[in-house]
Amino acid sequence: MPLRRLLPHPWRSLGVLVLWLLLNNSLHPGHIVLGAAIGCVLPLVTARFWPSTAAIRRPWRVVAFTAMVIFDVIVANLRVARAVLGPVSRLRPGFARVPLDLTTDVGITVLAQTITLTPGTLSADLSPDRRTLIVHYLDEPDAESVVAAIKSRYERPLKEIFG
Amino acid sequence: MRVKEFLLSFLIVAGAAFCFLGSLGLARLPDTFTRLHGPSKATTLGIGCMALASLVWFTVTRREPSVHELLVIVFVALTTPISAHMVARAALHRRLPVWRGEAPPQ
Amino acid sequence: MISVAVDIASVLIGLAMLLAFWRLLRGPDIVDRVIAIDTLYINACTLLLAYGIAGDSALHFEASLVIALLGFLTTVAFAKYLLRGDIME
Repeated sequence: MPLRRLLPHPWRSLGVLVLWLLLNNSLHPGHIVLGAAIGCVLPLVTARFWPSTAAIRRPWRVVAFTAMVIFDVIVANLRVARAVLGPVSRLRPGFARVPLDLTTDVGITVLAQTITLTPGTLSADLSPDRRTLIVHYLDEPDAESVVAAIKSRYERPLKEIFG
Repeated sequence: MRVKEFLLSFLIVAGAAFCFLGSLGLARLPDTFTRLHGPSKATTLGIGCMALASLVWFTVTRREPSVHELLVIVFVALTTPISAHMVARAALHRRLPVWRGEAPPQ
Repeated sequence: MISVAVDIASVLIGLAMLLAFWRLLRGPDIVDRVIAIDTLYINACTLLLAYGIAGDSALHFEASLVIALLGFLTTVAFAKYLLRGDIME
């Protein structure tokens, strides 16, 4: 299978091509040829640096999840704005420990990123055994509600996506 | 044209305002962990709004789609949480004082 | 109208950079200073994008992207240094 030989990682190659076209901001045929060439070579050269990859089980859930995160980012900013502009002495910050059901590296990474970008919480540390995520919250009544909200709103859909 | 101009101006000012709020949080909040909240959320949306404004502006004025601003949005949205997470880990590692409440056991 | 918006944006982001710079000088810990640098470079990126719109020039965008790339690497390198006392592994 020569095509398989030439393109062992078709999705990475496609990603490089799209990145190249975006960087040059053009759909000129020359750029497409050059981007395709780089897309063939780069994944081969850098294959050793890639950590474990994860299969996405339900692509459509990714779209829904992304839309939800974008909406939450806007909510997060309004809440940060209120916390920053209001009196500081009324804030109730603290740490919460979130037990993880996700096991894959990619899943945990995406969850940590989502937590940081969404309202009131910031992922601060992952325990060495990868079973607990330490989260800092800016203004919440107690830690249990933060943990419950993260698990139901973000971890469950991610579990469905990455398994 | 009027609507487009209004939308663009709104995006520009909103982006700058979010950046300002993020930095105000950095300057005002009481400890290192709360200070991280401002920059990690507000500046991400700030630069996102501004890049979106730039995308719309160049698409309208040059009369051809200009989409490379999406790169900035995606890149910042991916990298800001990573740097915030690493800085928070460093702060925990150095056992920085926590304002109200207690630090998690190591 | 757009030039007015860019003027307002410049003032706001300038104030934001001053606030971040104040935190950079003030500290109190080196971690706070790292956060301040992180905020400063993102604000610089945003300001450059605004100037790109005002001057109708695509060059500002490239500068903004390069600052974002280098700024991220700088922050990560600082954080790693603070965690391990060493950057290279």
